[in-house]
Amino acid sequence: MSQDLSNATFLGYRRENGRVGVRNYVIILPVDDLANAACEAVANNITGTMALPHPYGRLQFGEDLELHFRTLIGTGANPNVAAVVVIGIEDGWTQKIVEGIAATGKPVVGFGIEQHGDHETIMEASKVAKEYVQWASELQREEAPVGDLWVSTKCGESDTTSGCGANPTVGNAFDKLYPHGSTLLFGETSEITGGEHLVAQRCRNDEVRDRFMFMFDRYQDMINRFKTSDLSDSQPTKGNIEGGLTTIEEKALGNIQKIGKECVVDGVLDKAEAPTGPGLWFMDSSSAAAEMCTLAAAAGYVAHFFPTGQGNIIGNPIMPIIKICANPRTVRTMSEHVDVDVSGLLRREISPDEAGDMLLESLFRTVNGRLTSAEALGHREFVLTRLYESA
Amino acid sequence: MIDFVVHDEGDSVGVIVVEGVKAGDEISGWVMDQNVDIKFKATSDIPIGHKLAIKALKKGDTVIKYGTDIGKVVADIGIGEHSHVHNIKTKRW
Repeated sequence: MSQDLSNATFLGYRRENGRVGVRNYVIILPVDDLANAACEAVANNITGTMALPHPYGRLQFGEDLELHFRTLIGTGANPNVAAVVVIGIEDGWTQKIVEGIAATGKPVVGFGIEQHGDHETIMEASKVAKEYVQWASELQREEAPVGDLWVSTKCGESDTTSGCGANPTVGNAFDKLYPHGSTLLFGETSEITGGEHLVAQRCRNDEVRDRFMFMFDRYQDMINRFKTSDLSDSQPTKGNIEGGLTTIEEKALGNIQKIGKECVVDGVLDKAEAPTGPGLWFMDSSSAAAEMCTLAAAAGYVAHFFPTGQGNIIGNPIMPIIKICANPRTVRTMSEHVDVDVSGLLRREISPDEAGDMLLESLFRTVNGRLTSAEALGHREFVLTRLYESA
Repeated sequence: MIDFVVHDEGDSVGVIVVEGVKAGDEISGWVMDQNVDIKFKATSDIPIGHKLAIKALKKGDTVIKYGTDIGKVVADIGIGEHSHVHNIKTKRW
């Protein structure tokens, strides 16, 4: 291992609960689809704030509703967010989300639209948003150890170069971060199909292994219940197949290169659930890029490694996404989306260890403030996972 | 310069990592885990990222990549031939 991270630090925003963020957003968060318009109006009124519109939040129930709350509360609680204005059609669910975010100690307030209408809501919410953004603009970055960094990973529009180039690069970087107490995450439950025995072998103990296999089997049961074919064109995607990936097993074995050779799977999380300590965590999650990245941000992750082969262009509104690519054609045709070009790996010009160091250098520059390609290009895909129909 | 990579010497397939491989081309490969160089003749045009067989495979055989099962052969594949969804399928789902 060439990169010694034992004394590595980064510059971040230490929040009221001790977590460290790498961005400093004031977000205007809708509880439901009906509140999107007011949230976007407030974000238009107040420079430096950002609305996170989404299509859900009405008549959800049971586990699906719990996931909705967990995702929105987790998004507001993420340390990349300085303060939050929550707007919903009615007060009850709005206050539930406010209270969840308030547990972090950060400034948060909620507005229900009923009995007020959009105009009054937008005016009152804009007043608070202005106070929040002026307050947040004076917060300063401070030095924090690498152990305060939470980094997630998920790949997208993978091809065969992902498995031999970009994904092992992430694995190399994870292996280097892991011993220093960083909190790491991978997921994509269906995309482990064919390599589940390899992930199970990497689990810390039988309890973690049993929990991992429970999540894996639960996802397989869901697929078997709803499938109408062998999932060709969905998993692998048409883009995966165009890129040369033939079967889910092949895709999965490439996918799990992202957890490196030395990291141990220390724990297993449900969707949008926050980890309780450092180490490598597996989160049960969709393999769709925006869904998984939204769940990772809601679990509290502040930066993300995203390897791609054919050129997935995903971003996230609150979590910087670093793109890594080893496909020389994609690096040439879609260069504006690629943060770390590791195509030299496939020409034997650089070693996996050097590629890992290149990614870590990009990570530290990003968390210290440099915008990623996805951020500069305005990619803010915020996509909530649903478990079933609304009532 | 290498034209294709193989993860492990036990694998049945390698991955083309350059553009424009044509049937009849002599191509050079690198076995990553063992750091060994190998050579084959491509018997099909093969796009970048797609696989070629480095072992003769019969219908019903298991395809090995990363030293692990990645699916089954559904039509015989000769050495150097393009190996993809037309001759390999998943064993799952």
